[in-house]
Amino acid sequence: MHEVDMTKCLLLALQQWREEQASPQAMVDTIHLEVGRFTCVEPEQLRFTFQAAVAGSWLDGAQLQIEEIPFVGRCLACNGTYSPTPEGAYRSPCCDHPLEEIVSGRELRIRSIDYRTSLQSAVESQALSLQRV
Amino acid sequence: MHLPLEDRLGMNLLAANQHQAEHNREHFEAWQVLALNVMSSPGAGKTALLERSLPQLAQEWSMAVLEGDMTTQLDAERLEAVGIPVVPITTGRSCHLDAAMVSGGLKLLRQRLNPNQLDLLWVENVGNLVCPAEFEVGEHHKVALLSVTEGEDKPLKYPLMFRQADVVLITKIDLLPYLPVELEQIRRNIHSINPNASVIPVSALSGEGIDVWHAWLRSARQNTLQPALAMA
Ligand SMILES: Nc1nc2c(ncn2[C@@H]2O[C@H](COP(=O)(O)OP(=O)(O)OP(=O)(O)O)[C@@H](O)[C@H]2O)c(=O)[nH]1
Ligand SMILES: [Mg+2]
Ligand SMILES: [Zn+2]
Ligand SMILES: [Zn+2]
Ligand SMILES: [Zn+2]
Repeated sequence: MHEVDMTKCLLLALQQWREEQASPQAMVDTIHLEVGRFTCVEPEQLRFTFQAAVAGSWLDGAQLQIEEIPFVGRCLACNGTYSPTPEGAYRSPCCDHPLEEIVSGRELRIRSIDYRTSLQSAVESQALSLQRV
Repeated sequence: MHLPLEDRLGMNLLAANQHQAEHNREHFEAWQVLALNVMSSPGAGKTALLERSLPQLAQEWSMAVLEGDMTTQLDAERLEAVGIPVVPITTGRSCHLDAAMVSGGLKLLRQRLNPNQLDLLWVENVGNLVCPAEFEVGEHHKVALLSVTEGEDKPLKYPLMFRQADVVLITKIDLLPYLPVELEQIRRNIHSINPNASVIPVSALSGEGIDVWHAWLRSARQNTLQPALAMA
């Protein structure tokens, strides 16, 4: 269910990108997303709700390219990294340490957008920098 | 044409929500109000806890509640009965509160009272263990509840909520004698996913543990708002 809200967030971010960075005629080919495994977002669900939400809008036809980022923790006892699992209670298998530092897995970001400024033009790609709305 | 992508680049999907949350937090700081986001699965006892805590806390603090509910105003009515100002926020199809909804609630609240008089603002989130953890509303602290009837494994099954929480209240401990559940195992699981969380077992029914919870609130209010006070 919350993928609907996540899709709204995504559309908001894309709208803002169009207003601030791209030309108003920008046509989006592909949106490259990073989705961490330790977030509440299911990539399949997100793709599905996104396709339904953009039908008929300026984003109709745009594809979501989702890269899943693994959940990685750092064991503060030995400084090694590991994959926290529910079966292992998210503790480090090396030293049985609780999950302290999260190295990756919390990502929810638009990495870049492939778009063209007119039907004829070549596809350009723009990396987005972390910015305040 | 592909531009080189640096790892730290990328627009956060939740940027708009985070921006609004920071805006809400600026209001809380200006009003010197400690804001708490109370979250749990449906029925873990958020409203019951507030019904127990608010009459006692009202002796020392002025408070208000923003009450998130998908469709009804039942919880808001329960808390109004306690004599605390409550603003209901019906979220409709959305299964969590977001920062914009809370901002809307704050506008309504300001029509009823002067927020500078408040000491504490409670936000009761929609009963849901998943996405409320992902949507900040400007709170100073996240409060997660887990009732003993939900079982020991829930911190492991819904890790994000328990990871994000600053304090976890294990609720309904008056029921422990009737359940094959180990309080210590719940605590261990919470601390495995979030070693820094404060864990406080409570019962809204018997009142057990409520004084420990209120002591946590007092120190949270002092430690969170004191730097701002010193600067003022
Ligand atoms: N035995 C016992 N029952 C409790 C306690 N706290 C709450 N309950 C019961 O649990 C049920 C749900 O409590 P609520 O306070 O409505 O839970 P909630 O988390 O606010 O629920 P939603 O807002 O609908 O998600 C009610 O029937 C309460 O009476 C407690 O400490 N002990
Ligand atoms: Mg409730
Ligand atoms: Zn280790
Ligand atoms: Zn404002
Ligand atoms: Zn939700």
